[in-house]
Amino acid sequence: MLKTFRIGGVHPPENKLSANGKIIVLTLPEQVIIPLSQHIGAPATPIVQKGDTVKAGQLIAQATGFVSANIHSSVSGTIVAIDNVTDAAGLSKPAITIKVEGDEWENGIDRTEKIEHNIALSQEEIIKAIAAAGIVGMGGATFPTQVKLTPPPGNKAEFLIINGVECEPYLTSDHRIMLEKAEEIIIGVQILMKAIGVKKAIIGIENNKKDAIAHLQQIADKTPEIEICPLKVKYPQGGEKQLIQATTGRTVPSGALPIAVGAVVQNAGTALAVYEAVMKHKPLIERVVTVTGKSVKNPGNYLCRIGTPVSKLLEAAGGIPEDTAKVIGGGPMMGRTMLNIDSPVMKGTSGILLISDKEARRSPVRNCIRCSKCVSVCPMGLEPYLLAKLATFNLLERLEEEKVMDCIECGSCSFTCPSARPLLDYIRLGKTRTGAMLRNRKK
Amino acid sequence: MKLLVSPSPHLHSGDSIEKNMYGVIIALIPAFICSILFFGTGAIIVTLTSVLACLFFEYIIQKYLLRQQPTIFDGSAFLTGVLLAFNVPSNLPVWIIIIGALVAIGIGKMSFGGLGCNIFNPALVGRVFLLISFPVQMTTWPLAQGFAGSYTDAQTGATPLTLLKEAVKTGQSVNDLLVADTFIGYKEMFLGHMGGSLGEVAAWALLIGFAYMLIRKIITWHIPVTIFATVIVFSGILHLCNPDQFAGPLFHLLSGGMMLGAIFMATDYVTSPMSHKGMFIFGAGIGILTVVIRVFGAYPEGMSFAILIMNAFTPLINRYCKPTRFA
Repeated sequence: MLKTFRIGGVHPPENKLSANGKIIVLTLPEQVIIPLSQHIGAPATPIVQKGDTVKAGQLIAQATGFVSANIHSSVSGTIVAIDNVTDAAGLSKPAITIKVEGDEWENGIDRTEKIEHNIALSQEEIIKAIAAAGIVGMGGATFPTQVKLTPPPGNKAEFLIINGVECEPYLTSDHRIMLEKAEEIIIGVQILMKAIGVKKAIIGIENNKKDAIAHLQQIADKTPEIEICPLKVKYPQGGEKQLIQATTGRTVPSGALPIAVGAVVQNAGTALAVYEAVMKHKPLIERVVTVTGKSVKNPGNYLCRIGTPVSKLLEAAGGIPEDTAKVIGGGPMMGRTMLNIDSPVMKGTSGILLISDKEARRSPVRNCIRCSKCVSVCPMGLEPYLLAKLATFNLLERLEEEKVMDCIECGSCSFTCPSARPLLDYIRLGKTRTGAMLRNRKK
Repeated sequence: MKLLVSPSPHLHSGDSIEKNMYGVIIALIPAFICSILFFGTGAIIVTLTSVLACLFFEYIIQKYLLRQQPTIFDGSAFLTGVLLAFNVPSNLPVWIIIIGALVAIGIGKMSFGGLGCNIFNPALVGRVFLLISFPVQMTTWPLAQGFAGSYTDAQTGATPLTLLKEAVKTGQSVNDLLVADTFIGYKEMFLGHMGGSLGEVAAWALLIGFAYMLIRKIITWHIPVTIFATVIVFSGILHLCNPDQFAGPLFHLLSGGMMLGAIFMATDYVTSPMSHKGMFIFGAGIGILTVVIRVFGAYPEGMSFAILIMNAFTPLINRYCKPTRFA
């Protein structure tokens, strides 16, 4: 019996079209656009100026405060602009635009394929190196990793949990790095274990990646402190709280962080980035991005530099299919639609998904028939139909009572609703307003 | 190129109101076939009239009274029509069926605001209205004679429940009833070879429908199983206390509208609770009330009333019974 989380969950069709696609190194674009905010927390502050020449791996913006991240140039070239650009959502955000010239890297970065096993750094040095490298959660949440590795006083970490679940349909970048960079990931896990001072790590992987599970089990055979845990295929197994419950049986209390049950969760891609930062002195400047979709000519997994325009990735994948109606950054359940395909790949961009009008267009909204299917599928045990109604009428105290803040925005409710009601849209609205009310109350 | 922009999720399961409503209707096909086998042309006429009348009334109310786009193809009025038909005798006159459909759809559903807004099960509202307004026609049950019986001139007789009520009133013991010639036996009750409304007689056909709906995930087991369990326990206790006065659980499970009500009427989405805890309370209430009305009340059958009473409690149940939270 495969382990899984206890309540709720849905089974969207997996569509892992690019699962067998070996990672392809994308050729360099002509220019990169590097946003100053690719992470949760304050945007980074630029330390370069227009006209400067930079090398790949050079620090170009510094973290602003504790909950922030450093930003490095992903290419060598000349800075052509530091100003606001229109991002994928159509909003105006500051970014550094660099014209690519050659491919020179900063001194000290080890670009060889040789795998380094000896973790010489101390716990504090590791965390400093991770912060210096600008590493953030690469599953998509982009939380600055050094913050997660520094639990607030009074909290003790017991397990490190690695999220190799990749429960979103279509996405396969974590699958491929677990197959092709398994040794590096295992070392990255060991580095992370040292950083938080734990003796046990569990790598959770959904059972539709049997080859990755087998491969990692073989490599982790020599490291008994790292357990590979196959999990039942059920969305959203990759949700942090669901993953902790499935792998350890522990339940993170409402409103609390994973550290409250002694768990620290990191994405598999983050573990890889940590290996590269600590052992190869390479900051986070490139990542594997899945480009996929039923009509895409060459769905695949592309290693590309941060700041590469999405349009360049689409070109490599065979161009934009005729029937494309939506370009999504991320997966179909929680990804964000893009307005502008020239916007850049960022640290949290796990995949670009192109879907047709038929798949994408929402059905007309009809009356709630009170079937309670949304309640059955909610992984947090909430009542989406009720939360949506309360949000419509702006009943914030009731929303708080009904635990709207526990919602992880997985989309299982909207996915399931037979009346095609936009439940998550209203719940998100309710969360925003209730969150603001709660913050005001604290003041 | 024009791109669609909207919030996540960008996928839908494909589930729809139609899939669920027509799914329930498909689950009722075995019972419908049985009703034709047992009650002949009457079953066909009553069901057809009820369905067409429900669709018609919903259409004209939506189009001319409410000035909305009619939604008669979503399957809900169709289902109400089928369930209303299954709750009445197979020789009920067409004009009475039409009145029942008008009450079911017009009062039971549309007056509350349409699909999703009603408090009471519309088919039951129609059925109870007819029962109270036309008590004679609504309590004259054709015998299960198949096509041998006629629609307009059916031979009628008592149902097991009416026999029980009469027996207890006249001081007969339950045991006497069970061994009398008039009692058809449990096997026949299970197969449906008895007097009763169109859809309620064939327990086995209704159970097949239950299995179908469970497999297709249209309903969950909680409400019907709780009703059956409560009825078994409650009637079992009564029977143990006084076997002469009170019939046992098997009798109650197989007679009257128990199967039809528990599987198809109590599980109506709109009028039943949204959490499993709530469903247990709802089912238990229906089970207890049905036995109480059957045993201690003036009516031989209590299922319709029990369900309607518990429908009234559903909003309260929803307010206080919450699903198991993750944390």
